[in-house]
Amino acid sequence: MNNVVTTNIVRFIVLVLAQALVLNNINFLGYINPYIYILFIILFPIKNNRMLFIFLSFLLGLCVDLFLDSGGVHAAACVTIAYIRPLVLKFSFGMIYEHQTIKFNNTELGQRLSYFAILIFIHHLLLFSLETFNTSKILLILTKTLFSGIFTLLLCLLITVLFSQKRK
Amino acid sequence: MQQIINFLVRNKSFLLFLLLFSLSLFFTIQSHTYHKSKFINSANFLTGGIYESVNGIGQYFNLKEENQKLLEENNRLKSVIFNDENELKVDFTLDSTLVNQYELTAAQVYKNSYSATNNYLTINKGKRDSIHEDLGVITSKGIIGIVDNTSNKYARVMSVLNTNSRINAQLKKTDHFGTLRWNGVSPKIIQLTDIQGLAKVTVGDTVTTSGNSTIFPKGIPVGEVVSFKLVETEDVYTIDILPFNDMTNIGHVYIIENKDAKEIKTLNNPNE
Repeated sequence: MNNVVTTNIVRFIVLVLAQALVLNNINFLGYINPYIYILFIILFPIKNNRMLFIFLSFLLGLCVDLFLDSGGVHAAACVTIAYIRPLVLKFSFGMIYEHQTIKFNNTELGQRLSYFAILIFIHHLLLFSLETFNTSKILLILTKTLFSGIFTLLLCLLITVLFSQKRK
Repeated sequence: MQQIINFLVRNKSFLLFLLLFSLSLFFTIQSHTYHKSKFINSANFLTGGIYESVNGIGQYFNLKEENQKLLEENNRLKSVIFNDENELKVDFTLDSTLVNQYELTAAQVYKNSYSATNNYLTINKGKRDSIHEDLGVITSKGIIGIVDNTSNKYARVMSVLNTNSRINAQLKKTDHFGTLRWNGVSPKIIQLTDIQGLAKVTVGDTVTTSGNSTIFPKGIPVGEVVSFKLVETEDVYTIDILPFNDMTNIGHVYIIENKDAKEIKTLNNPNE
């Protein structure tokens, strides 16, 4: 149990710092940045205290907001995906989730892909619409969501594959 | 009563979600309002300190370019001095208060963004260097933005690449003035709006600050006109400007303080 807590604390700090100091300076093609700090929310243990989980997600978003001067857009997006995560889990993994026996490393790639993609795209859509805050620029919001979302998805999958502990 | 408590307990995660979501919405809306985002900004000791230590490593990579910029500026200033000496000088120092109307402070940029719709910079001068809100920030090439929040050691600058930013600017040639703003699309193009339809605009014209506000002195370069169109219904021009500054690559900046700002403001608003 202690091991899980430490892992998550370290993950929180490392992801926020990586996001603020490295990933936000990529600006691929001028505006495409990956937002991989939401890996913390995606990979948070399934068996959890839901209140604590939602609050931690809010804190994560707020930390990123502090670094990026973006008001509260990251916090809002993070809280939302933290709240709807059980639904997405049920949708993507079905029965395995019901029995609470998911280990992300052991799941099928297709299931994991759909789970990641749904959360990432909802997060990005909310993030960019709140950031732009202007309905007349809906096209800009959608293109940003699409391209940044793909970038984030690729990086998240890569990171989970690289850092998964498979003991053979 | 029992039922209300039951309801609260059953939906506690949803209520927490609603609470936190509305809190972040509140922060977001504040950040879209000029001068309101007091709590969540990068000019605090934690984020400022982290940016500072990382900048200590990162700044070495740009040394060559920064040196080149400083050399160019020195070169320009030297040529101004040498050419000035050859001419007959009129001595303007009759009144000593006129001389130091503007005071400059050099600062270093710790964080700069340009891909969001509301971009800010974080610089390493703050309250203890007597930096406060509403001071102009420029580089040797042109304007950067306006200080909008300060902590003890750091300050946050609202970049011209911010949809909330409004800066007074004019055409250098004809003195017609308008408002400088940004539509959030490309960091390479900013807009000058509300220029009178009477003005003669040509592509390549220089745009400078107008000196109508107390923030920037008159004549600080902004950029050059790349295209313009007349808004028929209002008889005003909307002009696309290519800034002289490459906003994506800024190392050192100067903060301008207008010593007379207070006096001018009280003159304009006698009620306050």
